[in-house]
Amino acid sequence: MHLLWAIPALPLAGFLILFLTEGRLPRAMVSNIGAGSVGLAALLTGYVAWQFISSDSTSFTSSSWTWMIVGEFNVSFRLWVDALSLVMVSVITGVGFLIHWYATGYMSEEEGYSRFFCYMNLFVFAMLILVMGDNLLLLFLGWEGVGLCSYLLIGFFHKVPEFGYAARKAFVVTRVGDTFLIIALFLLFREVGSLEIQEGLVYARENMSDASTINTIICLLLLGGAVGKSAQVPLQTWLPDAMAGPTPVSALIHAATMVTAGVYLIARMQDFFMLSQTAMLCVAAVGLITLLIASFTALVQSDIKRVLAFSTMSQIGYMFFALGVGAWSAGLFHLMTHAFFKALLFLASGSVILAMHHEQNMFKMGGLWKKLPIPFIAMLVGSAALVALPLTSGFFSKDAILLKAWKSDSDFATLFWTVAVIAAFLTSLYTVRMMVLTFFGKPRSEMHELKKESLWHPSRIRTVVPFGLLAVLSIAGGWMGFEFTSDLFGDKGVHAEFHFDPIALLTLGVPFAGVVVGYFLFASDLIDRRRLIKNKMGELLSKFWGSGWGFDWVYDTLIVKPFRFIAQTRLNRNDVVDLFFNLIKFLANLFHHILSMFQTGHVRWYAFTMVGGLLLVFLAVVWI
Amino acid sequence: MTTALSIPLEHVFFLAIILFLIGAFGVLIRRNIIFMLLSLEIMMNACGLAFVAAGARWAEPDGQIMFMFILALAAAEVAVALGLVVQFARRFETLDIDRAEELNG
Repeated sequence: MHLLWAIPALPLAGFLILFLTEGRLPRAMVSNIGAGSVGLAALLTGYVAWQFISSDSTSFTSSSWTWMIVGEFNVSFRLWVDALSLVMVSVITGVGFLIHWYATGYMSEEEGYSRFFCYMNLFVFAMLILVMGDNLLLLFLGWEGVGLCSYLLIGFFHKVPEFGYAARKAFVVTRVGDTFLIIALFLLFREVGSLEIQEGLVYARENMSDASTINTIICLLLLGGAVGKSAQVPLQTWLPDAMAGPTPVSALIHAATMVTAGVYLIARMQDFFMLSQTAMLCVAAVGLITLLIASFTALVQSDIKRVLAFSTMSQIGYMFFALGVGAWSAGLFHLMTHAFFKALLFLASGSVILAMHHEQNMFKMGGLWKKLPIPFIAMLVGSAALVALPLTSGFFSKDAILLKAWKSDSDFATLFWTVAVIAAFLTSLYTVRMMVLTFFGKPRSEMHELKKESLWHPSRIRTVVPFGLLAVLSIAGGWMGFEFTSDLFGDKGVHAEFHFDPIALLTLGVPFAGVVVGYFLFASDLIDRRRLIKNKMGELLSKFWGSGWGFDWVYDTLIVKPFRFIAQTRLNRNDVVDLFFNLIKFLANLFHHILSMFQTGHVRWYAFTMVGGLLLVFLAVVWI
Repeated sequence: MTTALSIPLEHVFFLAIILFLIGAFGVLIRRNIIFMLLSLEIMMNACGLAFVAAGARWAEPDGQIMFMFILALAAAEVAVALGLVVQFARRFETLDIDRAEELNG
């Protein structure tokens, strides 16, 4: 498949052009290069996908060149596309293109327009390398690349110090996970003797036993890496703060693609995980815990983007959970549908925020549905998919996960299923709350002087097209999708068919129950909401949930503050490490003084020492 | 080609050593820059002589090639050194090398 290399090469070319011109290009050209390169990559992906489906082979490869050879260690720059990567590549280029398109309108009044698209293109390139690389080292290259771009784009508005802090936090916290990942790679190399993914999978299938301890350790370390990247408990604290970035960034990086890299990693290393019951259980547990924590937290947020951030965390929790109970294709399917509807939700919220003059507090919105009809409809569609109302894409994927969880042969199947269903209920609750606060009720702020010529100016009408396409995908993405991913892993079992048994009915009914309860809680006057919150229990809970279950506080107290204390106090001024470096300084100074004594300025003295030295060498040669 | 060398190699080397030592002592003892340069030239010619003699002894062209290099080196050296001498003479109005002790550590 000789065109495969062009898919990542196009965004790379876009990045290079924008990087080297340093913002000297006119904006129209920047838009064309930035969005166009990803668009072309999307078209090419479509062509590759069509070829893939019509051909009999299960994978395409494209070798370019050898990256490095160190002894036995051989890394080639080979791209590998099978059904799993193809799903990822389609999401990255397809959804990525729509978001780029939207961003040409959204960012048009911001400074650093060219810089923005430069970073975005670099991100798409790195993400494509991550999913297409046939070597774990190549995957790691992309993994770090997307981390870098995430850092650059969270801190895009670099004049606000808090945003810079959020960017550093995201970078440092994910770095913890990356450390686990690289240790996993070391161990894998020691076990398998190669970092080629396919070779490793074959090795795992043929040579490893079920009870292999080293395999479990490797899987847990891989899980650690995935947890950091995908913002799962306990490394989830960076994602809400990452919302400091521009909204298209939140949509692309922190909802649709980068945060799902962890899911991809685990799915990619499936054969290793299948061998270890412990690791699978851990994956499911991490997913479920995140799911619950994030759902509760999303219930009490006031910032619309933070609600979506916690919602993203919980949906990725679903994916981890699905992988953990062995519903591989369902998890990946949810990854795809989630990319559609969460990107749509983020973009719609971005339009709302822009129309409200960068106001993100939902309590200052309200009654917006008449004034912003198109974002409202987009958000409605996205929300329907998020709460998994029937016939939306989210329904098919979430239903598949829940059914598969119920049928899984794990000892904890019932418990898992129950928790997941409760979380589905919570999902509808916070989604209804978000919609009600933002779009319904009375306007709660004076800031409602919507900008003329805002998003609906003819020149910006292009933002509507991404809305439309993403909305269509959010609905219809479920109808065609599952067939595509279902035979990825050979588990043809669960389709989201309508079974007439109580479990399926319950799964089907829970979102509706959530919506109805949410309506009574947040929209109707039947329940006095104030009385619900204004008591000790309510205040405590909302504070506890609102702070993300106190994780930030714990890390702050346990790690950040002690570290700052050690770094800033005099305790550390002349510590052991400094002693060593002071010694180097002292020795350099000493030798300098000694040597400078030899430089007398007497030329004949120099000549004499030269001759003397020569004589000494001669004598030494003669005698020895 | 048979060597037409009737003088023994040792004698030539002995001459070269004497020339070299004369030059070396000249560099060490003389204080006038011009004479120091002359002494350097003598040292270089001593090397050249040794090369040529050795090349003739083993019938190899290398000795003469090396002498070409030495000639080129000497020409370059004289160009630079005479420039320095002119500057030196203008600045200190003398040719005594011991006056140039300002550049010390």
